[in-house]
Amino acid sequence: MSTFLGASIGRKLIVAVSGLFLILFLAVHLVVNLTLLAGQETYNMVAHWMGTNPAVSVIQPVLTVGLLVHIGYSAYVSLSNWRARPQPYYWSDPAGGSTWASRNMLLLGGLILAFLVLHISSFSIRVKLGDAPMADIGGVMTKDLYAMVTARFELGWYVLTYVVAMFFLGLHLAHGFHSGIQTLGLSDGTWRNRWVLLGTGYSIVIAAGYMLLPIYFFLRTHSG
Amino acid sequence: MKIKLKIWRQESPDSKGGLVDYELDGVSKEMSFLEMLDYLNTTLIERGEEPVAFEHDCREGICGCCSLFINGRPHGVGAEITTCELRMTAFENGNTIVIEPWRAKAFPVIRDLIVDRSAFEKIMQAGGFISANAGAAPEANSIPIPKELADEAFDAAACLGCGACVAACPNASAMLFVSAKISQLALLPQGEVETKRRARDMIAKMDELGFGACSNIGACEAECPKGIEISHIARLNRAFVASAF
Ligand code: SF4
Ligand code: FES
Repeated sequence: MSTFLGASIGRKLIVAVSGLFLILFLAVHLVVNLTLLAGQETYNMVAHWMGTNPAVSVIQPVLTVGLLVHIGYSAYVSLSNWRARPQPYYWSDPAGGSTWASRNMLLLGGLILAFLVLHISSFSIRVKLGDAPMADIGGVMTKDLYAMVTARFELGWYVLTYVVAMFFLGLHLAHGFHSGIQTLGLSDGTWRNRWVLLGTGYSIVIAAGYMLLPIYFFLRTHSG
Repeated sequence: MKIKLKIWRQESPDSKGGLVDYELDGVSKEMSFLEMLDYLNTTLIERGEEPVAFEHDCREGICGCCSLFINGRPHGVGAEITTCELRMTAFENGNTIVIEPWRAKAFPVIRDLIVDRSAFEKIMQAGGFISANAGAAPEANSIPIPKELADEAFDAAACLGCGACVAACPNASAMLFVSAKISQLALLPQGEVETKRRARDMIAKMDELGFGACSNIGACEAECPKGIEISHIARLNRAFVASAF
């Protein structure tokens, strides 16, 4: 097993599996986010349920580990790839056949990570530490996460950062989706284009879905 | 026509190389790219200078020797051609042409534009064979093979071992080459039995020699002179996963 996971393909399998796991998580996260549109009460209820559900407390560490493994192994594979070409070309023309995103996955990943740090520090940590406004839902006092989130979405700089980050996320997924499938060996001449199409569609839905909320709440407050 | 050339010159594997400018007058469109280099070398020799070292053999697209990185692309412009199949019709009077060797840790420069591609041989020696003693050539129809499989194996076997895939890949990965060799054997009954061992051993050798890891960019496929597709890489990945069990 150690020669298996120590080989270049083994390491890439780890990147692929953790990446595909994170891709699935993004869909779940998006569905939860979209309940914002259902209004203050529903969102706070969902958030409260998430905060107290034992399943969530199991998934959270798994997710953290998945993310760290994905980052760690991608960085490791990318660094060894740099070593494979110590002397760069004077002129290199990527011609057809490869997308900008596919050649810049590490950069995109880094930008997404930077956003994630901002996201977690500005939101999740505040919730965890109890530094959040309270709201009354059917007699129970819970943290008013709805107010917290929508307040953030009124800040122009935050909305802009958010939207740009989701654009990068979309690009990262557009390559990551079919790349992960290919690394697992689940592609062939017939399925390849289908996976690429499916991956592109999925990335557009995810990126647009996440962008929708900050834009919607920003416009709602600032249009009168 | 008159063209400007920027060519990588390097005396030996350890010496420091650099791009050198040349101007070449009297190039005709009828020349092949390699004939243009022959012509340049004639003028250099006449002037008492060292000719540019470059590799070539068949000059008809079957040996894979003519590994030149021309204007940022392996084998220059044009789909599915080797450098020896490139014609000067692809260039205009006054054009500048930059010629570099393949760049990869596993392909060290020997001199000027010639790189050492023996790393590919080492990968083949690690597993690119069938170990059963097959005896004399058997009667062709004694093992029926479905046409689609035979065709796919044949397409994979068209790989020249030229190294353009490694040269084009931002990761300097040899996965397209290795996967072509895997497919060529794995699709046929005689080769199929050893597929797992072959995948594991060839990958281990590929890693050891310092090639990068494939990140499914697809530049190799776009530049391969024989149109080898990355679906072969998916087959190699499958074989590698299977080798764990
Ligand atoms: S796969 Fe294509 S580019 Fe790579 S060595 Fe074979 S023929 Fe050359
Ligand atoms: S010289 Fe043989 S392929 Fe070009």
